[in-house]
Amino acid sequence: MTTTTPIEEDGVKRRDFLYIAAGGVGAVGTAFAIWPFVAQMNPSADVLALSSTEVELDAIEEGSEITAVWQGKPVFIRHRTKAEIAAAEDVDIATLPDPQADADRVENPEWLIMVGVCTHLGCVPLKEAGDYNGWFCPCHGSHYDTSGRIRKGPAPANLVVPPYEFLSETTVKIG
Amino acid sequence: MSFEPKNPMVKWVEARLPITGMLHHALYEYPTPKNLSYWWTFGSLAGFMLVVQLITGIVLSMHYTAHVDLAFDSVEHIMRDVNYGWLLRYMHANGASMFFIVVYLHIFRGLYYGSYKAPRELLWWLGLVIFLLMMATAFMGYVLPWGQMSFWGATVITNLFGAIPVVGDTIVTWLWGGFSVDNPTLNRFFSLHYLLPFVIVGVVILHIWSLHTSGSNNPTGIEIKDKQDSIPFHPYYTVKDLFGLALFLILFSAFLFYAPNWMGHPDNYIPANPLVTPAHIVPEWYFLPFYAILRAVPDKLGGVMLMFGAIAVLFALPWLDKSRIRSARFRPVYKQLFWIFLLDCVILTYIGGQPAEEPFILIGRIATGYYFAHILILLPLVGMFEKPKPLPASISADVLSKKSSDEEASNA
Repeated sequence: MTTTTPIEEDGVKRRDFLYIAAGGVGAVGTAFAIWPFVAQMNPSADVLALSSTEVELDAIEEGSEITAVWQGKPVFIRHRTKAEIAAAEDVDIATLPDPQADADRVENPEWLIMVGVCTHLGCVPLKEAGDYNGWFCPCHGSHYDTSGRIRKGPAPANLVVPPYEFLSETTVKIG
Repeated sequence: MSFEPKNPMVKWVEARLPITGMLHHALYEYPTPKNLSYWWTFGSLAGFMLVVQLITGIVLSMHYTAHVDLAFDSVEHIMRDVNYGWLLRYMHANGASMFFIVVYLHIFRGLYYGSYKAPRELLWWLGLVIFLLMMATAFMGYVLPWGQMSFWGATVITNLFGAIPVVGDTIVTWLWGGFSVDNPTLNRFFSLHYLLPFVIVGVVILHIWSLHTSGSNNPTGIEIKDKQDSIPFHPYYTVKDLFGLALFLILFSAFLFYAPNWMGHPDNYIPANPLVTPAHIVPEWYFLPFYAILRAVPDKLGGVMLMFGAIAVLFALPWLDKSRIRSARFRPVYKQLFWIFLLDCVILTYIGGQPAEEPFILIGRIATGYYFAHILILLPLVGMFEKPKPLPASISADVLSKKSSDEEASNA
């Protein structure tokens, strides 16, 4: 008994189709099988659940600052003085490395709320320090102004403003 | 000189699994150039340190707890309560530094004697892969005690990946398993810190396999031409390596018993605090040159690319170096450049440990520039224009000519 595979005129065999189809299905199946092993590294449900934090503001006096924790990261909540607000607003935005108006970074100019993580490599900047009396990151020398905008140093961007809303005059919900 | 076992048991095994013959070839009869100096001892010392790290590490993991609330205390528990725990932990922590010392000497030996040139390119590459795996393993191991330097080192290094355009933040979150370095990060680092040394063992086997295919380089850089040029590995180099090991263990013990924290950082005895960065964070000494290169660039992506580039260019070394002469002994210009390059690497190491301020920033930039200029510009040019000294006819001829000139000197 002999079996023959019909050969098409251009030399393509039915078996070629079977090879490609089987290989393709195998590759897709392998990708599906790998995915859980990659995805398990992403934040788990309980980590994602810690998505917001509420902070009382009434104890923070003008010119002082607290550090809250949101998603494991420090969040600076600063009750800015008039001088600090004026310094932040009195800047030619076009000259900034990451141009942004102070008004776009605050809901209420008195309260500056931002993630206290240097946008360079993640250190926590020191308050009331640096060339612009804002924040200074000791790790690699980034200077931020009183609006938390990068002014000098290796950091590529301004300190991040997290999503937040004022629940009342004295309570803010971050996240 | 093939392997012919006499013991019937060995014969029986050998017929079914020729492992004794393989080991016999690798550790006994392996024809080795007869002129190897002590600079050739660091390969076996590196192998020894890998075994020390594996054994101490496996034992330490029996007492360590990978959890943010317990890790720091479990390390103190090892130091104070576990029998000989202090010894095992100091051995492991100082062992990492010792491992890097011998590997750096091993790498610079290869640079001086041109050990990366054909036909040893793959051997060189496998060595660089081991080096990269070592750095990843050491970095993750340093995170495990969960002190301040652990935490902030982990934060800074993982943030390097945030410099990748578009997907950077996604990758960093994926590496962390959260929105900051936290318990999921510590757990996965522990898992990988345990895994990677075994991957290193695998690559080391490939490294030695490749070495034994091409044969060892030697101080003349000339290949073995006939039997006169080589001697069997055992007993000549087993004994030489053991003597080198004895000297090395004196150095290791000096650190271990008299200055176990000298290469560490006191801030790592402060438990990790995610809200306060230490005023002056520095990586372990063996990362300092790369850290200096990272900081030399006032741009996040540029700095990260240059830092990884500093190792990436080493992979191209066999093709960048145009000289067909291997050993710097016969390359008068390259020899000078080698020592300048070594000095440059020492300067980078020093700068990496200094704060990010002048004049260190400027010196760091010059030293970084020279690092790349040496590899990418000077090495190809020197290879083309340098006039090498005459090579000896063979390894044997070189050894004998040296011996006769020594005798003349002693007769005089």
